[in-house]
Amino acid sequence: MTSTRIRSLVALGAALAVALLPLGSGPAAQGKTIKIATQSPLSGGQAALGEGIKLGTQLAIEKFKVNLEKAGFKVELVPYDDQAKPDVGVSNAKNIIADKAIMVVIGHLNSGVAIPSSEVYKEDNLPMISPANTNEKVTDRGYPNVNRVCGRDDVQGPVGAEFAAGTLKVKTAYVLHDKTTYGQGVAEAFKNDLEKKGVKIVGFEGTEEKSNFDPIVTPIKAKNPELVYFGGIYDQAAPFFKQAKEKGVKAKFLGPDGLDSSDFVKIGGKAVVGTYYTTAAAPASSAQAKQFGEEYKKKFGKNPEPYAAESYVATAIAIKALEEVTKGGKAPTREALGSAIRKVKYNGMTGSIEFDDKGDPKKASYYVMQVTTDNPEKWSENKEAKRLAIAAPAMKK
Amino acid sequence: MDFELLVRIFPQVLLDGLLLGFMYALIALGYTMVYGVLEFINFAHSEIFIVGAFVGVELLLGLKSRGVLDTAPWPLVLLGVMLAGMLASGALAVTIERVAYRPLRAAPRLIPLISAIGMSFFLQDVIRLTESLWRNAFNLVYPTLEPLNERFELTSTLDVSAKSLVVIVAALLMLWGLHALVNRTKIGTAIRAVAEDQAAASLMGIDVNRIISLTFLIGGAMGGAAGVLFGVQYGLINPYTGFIPGLKAFTAAVLGGIGNIPGAMLGGIVLGLLEAFAASYMSLLTGGAFGAEYKDIFAFSVLILILIFRPKGLLGEVVRERA
Repeated sequence: MTSTRIRSLVALGAALAVALLPLGSGPAAQGKTIKIATQSPLSGGQAALGEGIKLGTQLAIEKFKVNLEKAGFKVELVPYDDQAKPDVGVSNAKNIIADKAIMVVIGHLNSGVAIPSSEVYKEDNLPMISPANTNEKVTDRGYPNVNRVCGRDDVQGPVGAEFAAGTLKVKTAYVLHDKTTYGQGVAEAFKNDLEKKGVKIVGFEGTEEKSNFDPIVTPIKAKNPELVYFGGIYDQAAPFFKQAKEKGVKAKFLGPDGLDSSDFVKIGGKAVVGTYYTTAAAPASSAQAKQFGEEYKKKFGKNPEPYAAESYVATAIAIKALEEVTKGGKAPTREALGSAIRKVKYNGMTGSIEFDDKGDPKKASYYVMQVTTDNPEKWSENKEAKRLAIAAPAMKK
Repeated sequence: MDFELLVRIFPQVLLDGLLLGFMYALIALGYTMVYGVLEFINFAHSEIFIVGAFVGVELLLGLKSRGVLDTAPWPLVLLGVMLAGMLASGALAVTIERVAYRPLRAAPRLIPLISAIGMSFFLQDVIRLTESLWRNAFNLVYPTLEPLNERFELTSTLDVSAKSLVVIVAALLMLWGLHALVNRTKIGTAIRAVAEDQAAASLMGIDVNRIISLTFLIGGAMGGAAGVLFGVQYGLINPYTGFIPGLKAFTAAVLGGIGNIPGAMLGGIVLGLLEAFAASYMSLLTGGAFGAEYKDIFAFSVLILILIFRPKGLLGEVVRERA
């Protein structure tokens, strides 16, 4: 009996030793891995845009990780699916801050998800660089860890208003929104600015409807405005504009960057050709953007969705800052990376980017684009109708 | 407040509401028939409905990729697609009953209800999974049948599209057909007998299980047809699209008197009209203070009021006594 016991003890000891072995050498190897997380909807109605964020980040990591690898670090992408839902974003964020190898988050797509999630990141000073969140509250909270490379709603609204009143010269407008933080925010900013410019707002409404827009279109048609604005995302805007056009609304259509997806014409078809949208995403016409588009297509077999380029830029900035804080091979900390990101001066395909004291780009470009074809493949060939460079407003104290 | 405008758009809003109402009525039939026979609410019916829409869109996309869509006569295409949708949804409803409800028939009433809610979630994600593997798409767009997009201008403020007319005509035909089936045929008599008393019906030689399956088949087929019509009318579906219309159709069934077939039609139309008028008129009547976003709140407040004064619905709950 004793011999069996001894034998089993030896076996147990050996098993324990084996189990402990990787733990012993663990911390050093772990310190050498830097993870870059993305959070964006990878499933659901906005997955096309969310996947663009993930793939843009992936492309940038592969392209710029060389220096970090020379310094002995392994760089990894960890994509999270926030499903465009605030609760999912927050619970992912808790997992993200718990993983100490994650140094920076590139995300989100939706402002309504980014705001609560970044509250979690802030607990541990985890830097976030947003490629797409244009709501003003994202940076107006003045958090040191929150940055974005895109423009703001309170500027995107006025850009639309400037275009509607100055270029299209409309006299009347009907404004709709989707009741989300994002959609309503842009729509209100647009409406207020348009009123200041003397354009008459004949209606202002929100709707969560996704299929049947008949009862909303009927009064619009009767009021016959020159412009209809929809503050929201393409999966709602496209069927709305389509039904409005089919019902005989003759107005011009305008919307914010939520319309900026090839799915917009896939859903809307011929009826939405000619629609204008404002966006902070650079059109694919510049040489750098063209090169990015080609590399993206070669690697992933499809054209980049909007914000893929911004995610690429955000990741490039993060990696530049990471190179700064890991100088001499020392392990990066989240806090040091956060302040390094604020000091980066980056010149890339969306123009030169330098963050101000609340994380907004000091000067952001805004574009008004026009849909030129109902072929989703050719979404990137949409025509630039106007370009404005506007500084972010100073923080409201 | 622009009174003249209110009057001017009235006929159009009425038509919009009727159209929506017929859609709800068709879906509501599935709820009401099952309730009439089993006194059980089939919460998976909203997914049975949307499966019809998905079968429809897949068939139409298939026809389109073969280039047949524009050459084949549209009534034939539409009829074929609707039949396929009905068949698929009906078969699905029967399967669900067999798998998820029949084993629980003797259990307390809350148990099959939970099973139904679970079935609903399960189906949503099965559709999502299938579509993302099959087409890598979440939103599916109905290919347009060109002749159906034709619009007829009746007056300067009232026009109607061909597809809306098709929806209304198809809905009326189906409602009439169902009414005739339940009230004038032997099968209908059997269904009513099972609804009244299962034990007595089986003593009279009626195969109760078969009749219950048949009820699910008919209710599911109506839902499937509604799904195809929904897709044709509104053009865009995703795996979760069925949920809200399903919920509203269930409400319509309760409003009309659950278990009561003419009640489901009336309830659907009343709810459709309430919703359309609320969405179109609220902002006009309140000077923009309340917009279309309050349409459901308004429609459902009215509903609560109706149910306070008529707790059994507009036409009364028809269970056991008359079916």
